[in-house]
Amino acid sequence: MATAGLALGEQKEAISAQKRVINNFSINVATVNGSGSQSANSVLLKSIFGMGVPVSGKNLFPSNIAGQPTWFIIRANKDGYVARKRDSEILVALNPETAQADVKALPAGGVAIYEDYLKLDQVRDDIFLYPVPFDKITASICPEAKLRKLVRNMVYVGVVAQIMAIDLSVVESCLLRQFAKKQRVFDLNFGAVKAGFEYAQTNLTKQDPFFIERMNATAGKIIIDGNAACGMGAVFAGVTVVAWYPITPSTSVIEATTDLLKKLRVTPEGKASFAVVQAEDELAAIGMVLGAGWAGARSMTSTSGPGMSLMAEFCGLGYYTEIPGVIVIVQRSGPSTGMPTRTQQADLLSAAFLSHGDTKHPILLPGSVKECFELTQAAFDLAERMQTPVFVLTDLDLGMNNWMSEPFDYPVKPLDRGKVLTAEDLNRLGSFARYRDVDGDAIGWRTLPGTLHPKAAYFTRGSGHNDAAIYTEDPDEYQAVMERLARKFENARKMVPAPVVVRETGSKIGFLAYGSTDCALTESLDQIKRRHGFDADYMRIRAWPFTQAIHDFVAGHERVYVVEQNRDAQLASLLKLDLPADQVGKLRSILHYNGLPIDAESITEEFAAKEGL
Amino acid sequence: MATGIATPKVNHIGLPVLDYRGGKSTLCAGCGHNAISERIVDAMFEMGVEPERVMKMSGIGCSSKTPAYFMSRSHSFNGVHGRMPATSTGAILANHTMTTIGVSGDGDTASIGMGQFVHLMRRNLPMIYIIENNGVYGLTKGQFSATADLGSKLKTGVVNDLPPIDTCALAIQLGATFVGRSFSGDKKQLLSMLKAAIAHKGAVLLDVISPCVTFNDHEGSTKSYKFMQENDEPINEIGFVASFDEIEVDYNSGEVYEVEMHDGSNLRLRKLLEDYDPTDKANAVRTLMEAHDNDEILTGVFYIDTEKPTFIDQLNLVDEPLATLPESTTRPPKSAFDALMAALK
Repeated sequence: MATAGLALGEQKEAISAQKRVINNFSINVATVNGSGSQSANSVLLKSIFGMGVPVSGKNLFPSNIAGQPTWFIIRANKDGYVARKRDSEILVALNPETAQADVKALPAGGVAIYEDYLKLDQVRDDIFLYPVPFDKITASICPEAKLRKLVRNMVYVGVVAQIMAIDLSVVESCLLRQFAKKQRVFDLNFGAVKAGFEYAQTNLTKQDPFFIERMNATAGKIIIDGNAACGMGAVFAGVTVVAWYPITPSTSVIEATTDLLKKLRVTPEGKASFAVVQAEDELAAIGMVLGAGWAGARSMTSTSGPGMSLMAEFCGLGYYTEIPGVIVIVQRSGPSTGMPTRTQQADLLSAAFLSHGDTKHPILLPGSVKECFELTQAAFDLAERMQTPVFVLTDLDLGMNNWMSEPFDYPVKPLDRGKVLTAEDLNRLGSFARYRDVDGDAIGWRTLPGTLHPKAAYFTRGSGHNDAAIYTEDPDEYQAVMERLARKFENARKMVPAPVVVRETGSKIGFLAYGSTDCALTESLDQIKRRHGFDADYMRIRAWPFTQAIHDFVAGHERVYVVEQNRDAQLASLLKLDLPADQVGKLRSILHYNGLPIDAESITEEFAAKEGL
Repeated sequence: MATGIATPKVNHIGLPVLDYRGGKSTLCAGCGHNAISERIVDAMFEMGVEPERVMKMSGIGCSSKTPAYFMSRSHSFNGVHGRMPATSTGAILANHTMTTIGVSGDGDTASIGMGQFVHLMRRNLPMIYIIENNGVYGLTKGQFSATADLGSKLKTGVVNDLPPIDTCALAIQLGATFVGRSFSGDKKQLLSMLKAAIAHKGAVLLDVISPCVTFNDHEGSTKSYKFMQENDEPINEIGFVASFDEIEVDYNSGEVYEVEMHDGSNLRLRKLLEDYDPTDKANAVRTLMEAHDNDEILTGVFYIDTEKPTFIDQLNLVDEPLATLPESTTRPPKSAFDALMAALK
């Protein structure tokens, strides 16, 4: 399908209306990391968003600083599906190393926009080819050689905008926002976009059927990544002490938190109403969180698998001594170092029982960026109410990729600081016992250091203690505390966020999933309906311990598919531990764990195979 | 009016020493650690620190149990092995208005907790960090720790063949701002040192040699009472005048190094070593190194810096404890939220 004669603008009209594929395709931008492609990718994504078309972006990047292959997959979808699509129809091949393989991966009828010297026309003859002299165009508009590597990527944005019919003015306004207050940088980048746009207009002939057309499906929506949303949640939950150690993919949770704290929580006198400490390791980070939580601060840390493993001993201390703290885990591919820049949901079991002894922790499971914001906030309230470490478990896909979302809501509920006795309370009560269940909710009252009352102090210890916080090895006293802790955890079923009934059709088949799996599963259920005429119900789990509604959902279906992104069916395993024995046999697993975000096709195919459809 | 009951002596905030006592010690009779607990009680009492304004922190080991044996009216946090620095850091960030005293041991600090110890000193976290140093793991029945001296013998006859870590030299190098060594049996020196430590703002390291009567108080041990009594070489005699006491002149001023503490108290060090200047970092480390070469155990205040900003200063925290800031301070207003949302559209 070689390109010929007509100018691009005229050709667009020539492609018949039936053949057009409008607002329903993926663009795979193949670059090398460290080349500044991220800003260009982000501008393209936001431009499609600016055209009113639902869009998502997945950054598939290496664990490396610079020079390794990286792919950014932008999906435009008129129906609002934002999961990764297995195949991309359009390739922007800017990395010579992977260009051959990338172009081979295109479906027939796909599109390759590529650096002309790569000669990709010799590889495939069943796709639309747009050779572009990126280096030459870049050199012509960017005299400074050292900036060319960065500017080159913006040229591709212009080329894509022209080929896919994205308004140049939309791209311009995205760039203006991206480089607000940096006129020179804007000029350089927009110059590159325009050069690409004009080159394509003059030299390329539109033959492929893919178009972006204006819609009105993104008005009022925001674009944000899950880690930034978690950070925002922490700040609007009034976090005061943050301790952390850098680790991909959770680092940006703390970066976002810190940026907001510096912006919003400095007094007119220039004093900080927060402390952020980059600790010496994750052991220290969680130790600081618990020290701060013990002394009454709202404290948090964020980490990923390896860091979580290091936090194990302290998490048991937090559980047993009943100290609040929030731990945001952004899951990545394990085991061990695994694939640090690839996604997975393989830390659920580890988080649930992190530490030795009979230890368990509530886990909140956001399924969207909006829930990253909401559930991080909720985690602080729950941690202080329950007096225990609370996990927020997201993953790299949710955390580090850009997602379209309804705007978040400013919190209306006041902070719940839990059961804390003041000196006045103690005057009235005379004394208190730290771990005594006086209210029947299995939660004791605590005092904070600095409470000016002679009876305020108690001794916090990870060793055996009775309900007055006194050291004990007495079998009955020890066991009484352990039983109360179990009751407290049991009560949490009613305190954690309820599951969401996403799809209720009266089907005998149900689906359970959590987190970033949601977007692929909702798309898959539509596919299943469309292709197989088969309806299934879907409940999205948002927390552990599981609420009664989850038990009821399983009881109400003949077969329940648990879809998750790990090898060992961790969510299904946790459900099996919790469900009555006669319900366990209903569970089936659909698993995805190759490091790429789960896609709808994979779920649909596996479901069809298992059901014999 | 002779009632036969003597009025209990109270300190300058009106509390009797009884209000500084703790629970009954469960450590071995004669354990050096008990003497340290008693000196802490005396120092806090004499300095008139309100017990409710003290946080007692510890890790794991015999030493780390001791916060239960002093100051029951203070909140206490006995955490996990080697991690007292982390819990202390968190607690102090949450409430930097408290006086914080951490008790650790030689194993808890110089082996499992070395990483955290190093960073606490580097941050100049304002607290008193006491190492109750007996050179041996008591709770697990007598293994050498990393502060055991070269050639020191265990009860079982095992000889230590690795050099000791000098936590004082390390702390000075790392950025601690008050570093001293004492001996649990030296009441006067330890008490003065503790009182000065209470007046200091910054990371205080006190390495207190504290013989283990069960596993390390025998012939051949370099951390026994006998060995310490024979080999303890004080570098300075310590006098401390609290800000509320009248200054008495009992030092020959020509030989005295005076340091004014943050609260106006006065630390007076009568030099026993010639040319010993406790504000000279390099000299302090050199003096300690030379003592090792001569098999001497120096005690006294090695290093002091009252100028260096603490971790709290560096973080520029508000005056109030972060723990109890009201929601109106900690949750930004809706206007700020709306602006953030608008920028994301």
